Parts: sequence; structure tokens; C-alpha cells
Amino acid sequence: MESLLILLEVTINGLMAGVLYSLVALGFVFIFKASGIFNYAQGVMALFAAMTLVGFLEGRVPFAHMINIVFGTNIHHFGFHAPVLVALVGTALVMFLFAVIVEKYILRHLVNQAPIILFMATIGLAFFMEGFGDMMWGSDVKTLDIGIPSGMSLTIDELTYPLGYGMYIDQLDIYAALIAVALVVGLTMFSQYTKTGRALRAVADDHQAALSVGITLRSIWVIVWTIAGIVALVGGVLWGSKSGVQFSLSLIALKALPVLFLGGLTSIPGAIIGGLIIGVGEKLFEFGVGPLIGGATENWFAYVVALLFLVFRPQGLFGEKIIERV
Amino acid sequence: MNDQVMDKVDDGYITPDGRKIGGTVLEVKNITLRFGGVVAIKDISFDIKQGEIRAIIGPNGAGKSSMLNVINGFYHPQEGEIYFRGEKRGPMKPYEIARQGIARTFQNIALFKGMSTLDNIMTGRFTHMHSSLFSQMLWWGPAEQEEVDNREIVEKVIDFLEIQSIRKAPVGSLPYGLQKRVELGRALAAQPSLLLLDEPMAGMNVEEKEDMSRFILDVNDEFGTTIALIEHDMGVVMDISDRVVVLDYGQKIGDGTPDEVRSNQKVIDAYLGVVSDGEGA
Repeated sequence: MESLLILLEVTINGLMAGVLYSLVALGFVFIFKASGIFNYAQGVMALFAAMTLVGFLEGRVPFAHMINIVFGTNIHHFGFHAPVLVALVGTALVMFLFAVIVEKYILRHLVNQAPIILFMATIGLAFFMEGFGDMMWGSDVKTLDIGIPSGMSLTIDELTYPLGYGMYIDQLDIYAALIAVALVVGLTMFSQYTKTGRALRAVADDHQAALSVGITLRSIWVIVWTIAGIVALVGGVLWGSKSGVQFSLSLIALKALPVLFLGGLTSIPGAIIGGLIIGVGEKLFEFGVGPLIGGATENWFAYVVALLFLVFRPQGLFGEKIIERV
Repeated sequence: MNDQVMDKVDDGYITPDGRKIGGTVLEVKNITLRFGGVVAIKDISFDIKQGEIRAIIGPNGAGKSSMLNVINGFYHPQEGEIYFRGEKRGPMKPYEIARQGIARTFQNIALFKGMSTLDNIMTGRFTHMHSSLFSQMLWWGPAEQEEVDNREIVEKVIDFLEIQSIRKAPVGSLPYGLQKRVELGRALAAQPSLLLLDEPMAGMNVEEKEDMSRFILDVNDEFGTTIALIEHDMGVVMDISDRVVVLDYGQKIGDGTPDEVRSNQKVIDAYLGVVSDGEGA
């Protein structure tokens, strides 16, 4: 019984981590489907969104450092703390503004360019945003607390203790998973049952046909990047609450890469299931095989799985099959 | 210039089978389209009248699809004017033209392959749906009502085209003929005042061609939709169209009823491959 519960605990923790991987991967998939761009800046977007949220919550003055140098002042905070909801809405608006700017100054000028050029543009964007974020909000490690409970869930511990083993599950992980699930369900419903959702899918499938039924690519791109920005925000909040808002947050995007290889770049269910498989897989592997080979397998497990997929099933689990007509 | 067009409003005609054709819906005047040094369309003028089935035919490379792309806004001609419902049209984007009520299908099917038949046809209603993004996100109020109302229209289109059995099927998996029909459905769902069909029967077998001809005639008959269609196969087109424009090497070589066109020597030469002297004798 005890070992079964331990296994269950590992699996659940893996699922929780997997949900967060999926969330980051989703941001990539949304943008890739709608505009064929692999958005290298997705991780930095999550960092930027989390920084902006902290900025709102703590009433930080944007560009404080720059202002102080230029005007010889010494201001850092406005002296108010925005309520969580206001800060979240404010950050979402900032991400919308960001999407508008990206469309207007980058995407619009790169229409019909080769994918590699668009990819490079997003690398540039990533570096720009990294510096811009630091300039705007400072590069210190920020703590982010929007009131999600954290620490061991006593209920689960108490429930399972009589069975022989008290499972350790972090409350933050539970809430994070619930929030991520809600977001994914919401986005899925939106893309299935609304006019704009259908337009998003239409653009993903065929630009010309989309134009011919009256869909404007530009507004769709803004919407897609806004959605990716909001997904980044949620990802940034959940990861940021766990381990602080700092540069390393932008690297979680790297963790999403194996998920993408597994799930396929074009599949939303693929991103979700891919994330869960990677999450559970790496925890179970670490638990079962890790001790035999010296541990720390979580660092490379996902990449090895991704590599295997690249060799044997390059389109991923659910990605569009690559069929070449001969 | 406007006055001249207005005068034409009542210049319809009666077809041999007794349908009344109204005034000019769309008129192209002296259109010239170049791609670099290549002249795709050279000084072409014709009109499309309310309620008629107007065919644009010609051998491969005659400029038929280019003409359609000009009308639909994918291409912008270097010279010439386009009048839609009597008003001169400036250079417009395809989506603006779609909003004006011009819908189209494509020569190489351009469906949203990952989506179901139903969703594909629903996208055809895009220009008729105006609820705000916010309302859509909440799936509440206007957005919900709008979704239901438009769904009804789409269901009618599905019934009309007899594709009920594939409503939920992803269109990528459907056979070619059915895909063409779904694409027609998407264009019809927009309830267009002008429907452009780019080779609706290309690559079809005889049976599928007959089905498609019937649907085109039915659309025209039941909804009174004005249809402009492109074909390079003369046979079917001559049977279903009221008037025919014939293009060859980017130039207009004939325009009239099917019978007139059939007896036009230049048209016969073009189709038989007789070498013409370019500028047209």
C-alpha cells in the first residue's frame, strides 16, 4: 500500500509539473498555428508578464532607474499596492499592447518571408524584451505572491496517512494545475464555439481562404499574440510564485521544447498531453531509475525523449502528418 | 462616369428560359494586369448583370484566374476601373471585398482542412457576425444569439447542398468532389450578392460535374445569386451559363450568349490551337 501511495504521489507531482509545461508549450502552439512562427520569445514573454505583474502589485515606477539618473530624483515606488485583480487586468492590457506593437512593427513587415527569418525576428524580440523588461522593472529577483496558498496540503496528507503513507503534495501545485486546466478549457471553448475562435483556426489552416471570407490577418495576429501573452502571464505567475521572478524564468521555455517535439507544434491537445507525459515521465524516471544512475535525471530526461521522437516520429504524437506527394 | 452606370440599371434582358436578368452588378473596364514584364490581362472590359450566370472561359493561361483575383482583390490591376453596384471601387483588400458581398471558391480547394464541414461553412458567416470579442469570450448575450442565428443559416446551406452526412467530418478527409461542395457551401453561407467560382468542376468526373452543375443552377434559381464562374472545359459551361466571356492570352476574344460564342471564329481558333496573330485580326 505504502509503495503504491508513493508511486501515486510521484505521479501526481509529475502531472502538476506537466500541466505547467503544457501551459508554456501552448503559447508556442497558438502562435505557430496562426502565423507559422516559432516564437522564441515565448519564455521572455512569460518573464516580462510576471515582472509587469509584480510592478503593478508593488506599485513600482516603471523605468525608475532611468528616470532617477536623468532627473537626479530618487523614486522607486508610487506608494500604492494594486489589488491582485486590477494588477492582473493591467498586465493583460500590457500584453495586448505588446501584441499590437509586435504586429505593427514586426509581423506586418515580414509577411511572406521564410520561416527562418520570422524565427530570427523573434530571437531579436526575445533579447530586446529581456533588456527592456530589466530597464522597465529592474533586474532584481522579485517575489510574486498573488495569494495562491502554498506549502503542503494537509487535507491530502491527513486523508492518505491512515492508508500507511501521508502524501506530500504542494497546494500551489494543485491550484496551479486547476488554473491551467481552466485556462486550457476556456481557450478550447473559445476556439471551438466563437466566431473569432473559428477565424483563428481558419487562419491557421489557409491564409488565402481566410481572407476570402472576410477575415483580417492583422487583427487575428493581434488576438493570437494577446492570447499567447496571457498564456505567458499565467505561466509566469505560476512559475514565478514557485521560484521567484528572475531571469531563469525565461528558461522554462526550454523545458517546453521537448513537449513540443512530443506533441507536435500544431496540436493543442498534443501540447497538453505532451506536457503531462514529460512531467510524469521525468518524475517517475527520477524516482525509479534515478537512484541507480546517480540521480539528476530530470535535467536531461525530457530532451532524450524528445530526441527519440525526432528520430522515430518527427511529426510528434498528434502533429500533422508529413506526407510528400511523389 | 457614375451616371453612365446608373443608366444601365434597367438594361437587363430575358433569358431564353424566361428568367429576368437585372442591371449591372459588376463592371470591369479596360483592366490591365502585369507581373513585371508579363502581361496577364490586357485591356479587358465586361459586365456581370444581376441574377445571371456569367462564365469566363479560355484555354490554360488565358488570364481567367487572374481576372477573378482582380475582382476579388488578391491582385490589383495597373490600369482600369472596377464598378461594383454602380460605384467605382478603389484598391481594396480581399477582406473588404468579402464584406461588400463578394464570395469566392478556389481552383485548388482552399478549405480549412483541420476543421469540420460545419465549422468551415460557419466561417463563411464571418462578415455577418458582429458581436464583440468580450461578449464572445463570455459566450453570453449577443454572441450566443448570433451564433445560434447564423448556425440556422448554415444548416440551411448544408441541407441545400445535401451534405448533412458529413457535417462533423474534418474536411481534409473528404473526397475531392465533396470538398468542392463544402467550399461552395462556405461561399454560399456568406449570402453573397456576387459569387465567384474558380473552376468549380476542375478534376471532377462526369457524375460529380453533373451534380455541381445542378447545384450552381439551383443556387442561381433559388437564391437569385449572381454567379461568375471560370472554366476551361467548354462543354458544361455552355449548358449552364447565360453569357460567356472568352479570354485568350490575356485578351478578350469573345463575349456573348453561348451560341454566339460557339460560332465565333476567334474562339474556335483559340480552342483548336490555331496560331493567331497576337493582336487579334
